[in-house]
Formats: sequence, structure tokens, C-alpha cells
Amino acid sequence: MNFIKTVLLSKWTKVFVFLLCLLPLAILLWRGFHNDLTLNPVEYVEHRTGDWILRFLCITLAITPLRKILRLPQLIRYRRMMGLFAFFYALLHFSTWLGVDRYFQWRLILDDIGKRPFITVGFAGFVLLIPLAVTSTAGWIRRLGGKRWQMLHRAIYVSAICGVIHFYWQVKSDVRKPLEYAFIVAVLLAWRIGAWVFDLRKTAAARVHREETVTTETALPF
Amino acid sequence: MLIKRAPDLTYKDVTPKGFYMGRRNFLLGLAATAGAVEAWKRLPTVFAGRATGTVPHPLTGLRKWPGSSSEPITPGNDVMHYNNYYEFGTGKADPARNSRDFVTYPWTVSVEGEVEKPRKITIDEILKLAPLEERIYRHRCVEAWSIVVPWIGYSFNVLAKLVQPKPTAKFVAFQTYYNSGVMPWGSSSGIELPYVEGLRIDEAMHPLTLLCVGMYGETLPNQDGAPVRMVIPWKYGFKSIKSLVKIKFVKKQPATTWNMENPYWYGFYSNVNPNVSRPRWSQKVEHRLGQGFFAPPIPTQMFNGYGDQVASLYAGMDLTKYY
Repeated sequence: MNFIKTVLLSKWTKVFVFLLCLLPLAILLWRGFHNDLTLNPVEYVEHRTGDWILRFLCITLAITPLRKILRLPQLIRYRRMMGLFAFFYALLHFSTWLGVDRYFQWRLILDDIGKRPFITVGFAGFVLLIPLAVTSTAGWIRRLGGKRWQMLHRAIYVSAICGVIHFYWQVKSDVRKPLEYAFIVAVLLAWRIGAWVFDLRKTAAARVHREETVTTETALPF
Repeated sequence: MLIKRAPDLTYKDVTPKGFYMGRRNFLLGLAATAGAVEAWKRLPTVFAGRATGTVPHPLTGLRKWPGSSSEPITPGNDVMHYNNYYEFGTGKADPARNSRDFVTYPWTVSVEGEVEKPRKITIDEILKLAPLEERIYRHRCVEAWSIVVPWIGYSFNVLAKLVQPKPTAKFVAFQTYYNSGVMPWGSSSGIELPYVEGLRIDEAMHPLTLLCVGMYGETLPNQDGAPVRMVIPWKYGFKSIKSLVKIKFVKKQPATTWNMENPYWYGFYSNVNPNVSRPRWSQKVEHRLGQGFFAPPIPTQMFNGYGDQVASLYAGMDLTKYY
């Protein structure tokens, strides 16, 4: 376990993980240069980057449960990077759609966002990630204060749910993959609700205990 | 004459055995490496085993068809690895891989219903029923992409005239082969199978409506609907039903697969129409495939550009209502 902690704390592990997260992009570029993005390269890039947004969102959301369950608080060092990679792939996904799929034809774009629910919800999920990416720095945490910063960053759940709905509405009939993501996001959300309820009970129990102690103490003189 | 021995070569000049064996090993190694690379490339095929399905073969004596599109033809190999054929999986690359063991010869199609001469017809008979034409059509998918394909076949009305539809035949119902043993991917596709489609009788009898047996100079590959399919160029691609086993002339409008899946998104007619958008796709533009990542989308044409020939079929109809 000490070894794992040392590895997690190493600067080089962080560099390695960073490069690993760039691998999906590298593969896309490689395939692009070799004319190997299928007959419909725009659709292919949109689908692959879309997959990676959801994967990185799930990884980001899994870090807190994992560091508690595995008792590896050092994992927190990777959370911001994972979240920013989710945003990075969202940026690629969105700009591919905007620039290559819709070719910056604003009438088409506004029409899509307004009239096609799967695009509306996907767009909402993307927009929600922007303030989170902007305020991901230590400076912003200080400026907002830990509590408020945490409140704001809970928007990542909403963004993940938007992403899953976007995917679910996008597929024509085979909903297996969107349901897999829905299941993972649901489990991660349930874990937090569970942890929150558990915390609430603990605080309540502590208060009851304190009150009892106080009652006994005040009762003593009688 | 004195024959001199070459003075400069002595026994010690003989190449040491180890050295030339080394070279030999090096060459062997080179060959082995090349072999390994080759084996690695073929690994997927090795694991999948030898494909046992029917493979395309060339079709000869094709007639040129005067109505062919003059637009650049989409590369055949790409078209054959980008398919919607949900019986073989819902990914675009799935059908080419998963249909390799599909046996599409011999094959029989049952032509029945409101006809004077119902019959079963074999693929060999279909291939000889009329001279085969190569027709280059635009093919527009409801997913807002399009391709240009040299199909091979003849007008469906040739087959229809053979069985002589009765005056009571108002529609034609088509059915795709389905066998969950050969197509285990079908059960998780999310659509009800076997796949069924339908046309109004006048649409079916229209000369553009093609009974298709081949593409790109060969018989149809399995993933593209071997051995015989329909191609209706002015309708969205899902109307062009694949691997036909049954053609039934009927009195009433038949059920169609995507319409059953979502009646609001996929109408019975499903004519290509840029003015009717649906929750998933704006149909105003399309991506012509095979022209690279940065090719701009092009405007979609009413009836996929076949309006001159087919618009009269829908005279007086509100096509936003009958979409």
C-alpha cells in the first residue's frame, strides 16, 4: 500500500497519466492521417470523442468513492485532471459538430439546438462544464471559498446526466451503450446520496448523544 | 603453361562457418519477422476462422442505364464497410464483419398475395429475368448522409408483371430474411425482426424502383443485402429493404419496421424531403460521404433529386402529413 501511495504521489505518474489521457486523441489523429476514420469520418470523430467525454466524467465522479473505499486520499491529485480532460474531449466533440458537421451555418446550428432535444440536452451538458473548467484552479477555489466552490462543482452530476440523456436520445434503437453509462452514473450518484444520508445520521446521532449527556448533567443536582 | 595458384587466398581466408551461419540465421530471422508481421496482420482472420458465407462474384454483360447520376461514385470498399443492417449488429462496421458466414446462395423469394400467378422464384431465375442494368443512384440515408452507388438490377415492375398483380393489389409488402442463429445480433438491435417494408403499388411499379442484385460490377456482398434487395432512390435508405425472402401484393398499407419503432420519426412514405425535419435530424443538408473530413454538407434535394420522375406520384398529397 505504501508503494501505491508513493506511486500516486510521484510527479512522473501524473505526467504518465496525462499522456495516457491524450492517447484517444492521438489515435484519432493517427487514423485521420492514414485515412482510416471510416466512410463517415465526421460521425466517427463525434462518436469517439463523445464516448471519451462520458468516460472521463465517470472517472472524475468515481475518484471520491474510490479514494474513500480504497483509503487512498492521494487519488484526489488526479480529479481535476480527469475533469479537465472530460472538458477537453467535450470541446473537441462540440467544435467538430459546430465547425465540420454544421460548417458554422448558424441557422442550422440554432435550429438544431432549439428543435432537436438530443442536441439541446447535449449542448446544456457542455455549457455546464465551462464554468467548472474555468474555476478549476486553486485561485478560484480560494476566491469562491471551499463551500461555494463545491456547490458549484456539483453541476458535474447534471452535466453527466445531460450527457447520458444526449447519448440515449441520439441512438436510433440499440440503447445498450447509453444504458451502461446511465447505470455507472446512477451508481456513482447513489453512492453519494448514501454517503450523505449516512453522514446526516451520524451528525444526528452525535447531537442526540450530546443532548443526552447534557440532560444527565443538568439532572445531576437533583 | 603454368597454372598459378591464387596466392592471396589461403585456408584462413575461408569464411568462418559461424559467420556465414550467422548470416543465414539473420536471413532466416528476417523471414521469420516478416512472417510474424504477416501472421499478426492476419490474426483476426485466424481467430474468426475461414469465412463460410457466400462471397460476391463479377456480373458481366451489364447495360449502361441512361438515367445514371454523373456525380463521383463513392468508393466501393468504403461503402461495403459502412452499413446499416441491424440483423448483423448496430455498429456501422459490424455487418461487414458479422455477415461473413451468411450463405446467400441458393436463395428463393416467395412472390405472393393479390396476384394471378403466385410463385417462388430462385436467385438464378431473378438474375436471368431481364437484362441487368448498371444504374448510378444517389442514396440518401435518414441519418443525413448520402453516397453515390452503381447498383445492378432492373425495374421491379419486371418481376411484378411476371406474377400479374390483381386490381385489388394496392400495396406491396417486403420482408427480409431472418434467422437468429445466423443473425444473433438482431435480438439486441432494438427493432422488431424480421425487417419489413412496403410501397404503394404505383411506387413499386415506377421504373426507378429497382430490384437490385449487385453493386460495383459484382453480385451484392452479404452486408449490402445479398442476394437480392430493393433500391428506391427517392426515399430514405431504410426503405430499400435488403435480402428479400418475401414479396406480397396486398390490399392495405402494410406495417413497416421503422414506422413501428417510432411512427412520428419514420413515416410510411419516407420520401427524401428537406422541408420535413424530425426530432433527431434536420433533413435540410446531408454529408456526401467519401469526400474527406472537411467536406462541407450539401443541401438535400426534394425526392433526393428525382422529383421530375416521381413528384407526380404524390400530386395533391400533403407531404408534411404523409411524410
